[in-house]
Amino acid sequence: MSLLLAEIIVLPILLPLFTGALLLLINERHHKLKFFINQTSTLLLFFLAVLLLGITDSAPAEQGLLVVLSANWAAPFGIVLVGDRLATLFLLVGALLANAALIFSYSRWARLGVHFHTLFQFLLMGINGALLTGDLFNLFVFFEVMLAASYGLLLHGYNITRIRAGMQYIVVNLLAAVFFLLGIALVYSATGTLNFADLAAKMPTLADEPRQLLHAGAAMLAVAFLTKSAIWPLGFWLPTTYSAASPPVAAMLVFLTKLGIYILLRLYYLLFGANSGASAGFAADFLLYAGLMTLAFGALGLLASQESSRIASYSAVISSGLLLTLLGLAEPSMLSAMLFYLISSTLAVTAFVLLTELIERIYTPADSVFALSMEFFAPEEEKQESAGVAIPAAMAFLGMSFVACALIIAGLPPLSGFIAKFNILHHLLQLPFSLSHWLLLILLMLAGLTAIIAFMRFGVRSFWTAQATTSPRLKLNEAGPVLLLLVLCISLAFFAEPLHNLLERITADLQHPQRYIEQVLSTLPTRKEAP
Amino acid sequence: MELILATSIGILFASGIWLILRPRSFQVIIGLLLLSYAVNLFLFITGKIQVNRPAFASEAVSFIEGLYADPLPQALVLTAIVIGFATSALYLVVLLGSRGLTGTDHVDGKELEHDE
Repeated sequence: MSLLLAEIIVLPILLPLFTGALLLLINERHHKLKFFINQTSTLLLFFLAVLLLGITDSAPAEQGLLVVLSANWAAPFGIVLVGDRLATLFLLVGALLANAALIFSYSRWARLGVHFHTLFQFLLMGINGALLTGDLFNLFVFFEVMLAASYGLLLHGYNITRIRAGMQYIVVNLLAAVFFLLGIALVYSATGTLNFADLAAKMPTLADEPRQLLHAGAAMLAVAFLTKSAIWPLGFWLPTTYSAASPPVAAMLVFLTKLGIYILLRLYYLLFGANSGASAGFAADFLLYAGLMTLAFGALGLLASQESSRIASYSAVISSGLLLTLLGLAEPSMLSAMLFYLISSTLAVTAFVLLTELIERIYTPADSVFALSMEFFAPEEEKQESAGVAIPAAMAFLGMSFVACALIIAGLPPLSGFIAKFNILHHLLQLPFSLSHWLLLILLMLAGLTAIIAFMRFGVRSFWTAQATTSPRLKLNEAGPVLLLLVLCISLAFFAEPLHNLLERITADLQHPQRYIEQVLSTLPTRKEAP
Repeated sequence: MELILATSIGILFASGIWLILRPRSFQVIIGLLLLSYAVNLFLFITGKIQVNRPAFASEAVSFIEGLYADPLPQALVLTAIVIGFATSALYLVVLLGSRGLTGTDHVDGKELEHDE
């Protein structure tokens, strides 16, 4: 792979960094300009992600990695950035969600407070960095960048609910950071390295004593990532936080839980994959049962939810629970089904988060909701929410989108949620009989059932009751992202095969960590000729 | 030396955990600070406890085991301190905001007797 090409992998981190810094310099009064710069940069990021996925996917399996040695130090000593199929796929999904959330925020939410656009770009920088890094400590740093930006975004449009939720969210994440650092310290003292590839290479031959230390360290690290991905009982912060955040921010937070899953997936298959000696399959049972508990917790929570934002939150919990369970099954055959479910559920839950805000306008005049959240901030901007074009037949649009979201999240035919769930069940039934598989089967069905009940109840109450409803004014830029995400979900159902093939290749990558290790460790520093 | 370090890390952790379980946000932030001190010390001693040894060689000499301290934990702990400091400061701002808006420093934003 040519040298110039590999260096593209730095761009998804640098682009948001510079855009964010630039946006900081522009006064809040130039709202349109700020939005324009932000949107352009986020769109560029999307195209970049498509390009990167194209590059990593088209290369043969033994050399598909884009490796950049920062500061030109060879792999275990310097920090490496690594782009492979898995990372670039997540990059693409993240960029998609970011675009949708940003367009949605244009007419109202972005103007609620200062520095929305800057924080948004820094959040993207943290996400992209965490996806692309190949070093444990660097991962910590990018996690903190991402979290700091997400604290700011959560508090965006400052009111009592957000402050209350924000305090809990920040404390939980600071504690998770403590665990993260403890884990890093233990892993370092066990192996003397923090580089993913080097760690994975050392795993098979580790002596017994450091191995135990490493297991303790890995468990500590897992606490941090599992808190992020809202496993039961570490995920109590999630429903409060999601329902307090403004919708575009909540949409981005949905992706953050998936980031926790991504890190677990990556580290688990590198460190505790089939050829990691005595550690193979470490703590898989724990993940399995904790995932099942999360699934059950999510299903119960969904049943108890009345507000739409809580329904969205518990849908995210269910999705996390199922993903963690599938990770804990440690069956390579399940991986592609798991990733398909991840993509489909992320898109659907995000669409639903954005949609709920539009649905809520049916029964409350938009202005009063707006005034409530504007209580403490910039009341003079209240009148200016007229940007964008209103679309006709708003109720029909809301109803149809709601049905689509419900179908995908509950996993009913004919949309992508059904394909994802069918895929999982199909693989599950092929495995030899065991209690946990049947538990998963039953819980999966129950979760689907509770989702249908919760969504039907909510749908009937919002669309069919005879109370005085007003047909809301929807802006094109608000309906557009929802429609875009749903169309994507629907096309996932139609183009399931190419995606499935890509996911199969990702699965193969994960099962052969050797490829990752060799390519990262064999990348040599470039020798620059003196001019 | 080991005993002193281990005990002090243990005490810091214990006090930190006690404090973050308290209901006042001021106690919580002190607890978080203590926890981050504990974890920084913990991170620092992963490079083994060595006194009076340089972290890197000033000129190109061959590496001799035991002559140098491990530089990596020192670099890590510096970064961790900076990040921990920044995020704690951020929490402090939110704490003050919450105090101002709700009129109480209870972590739930309301006193217990006002429970609905």
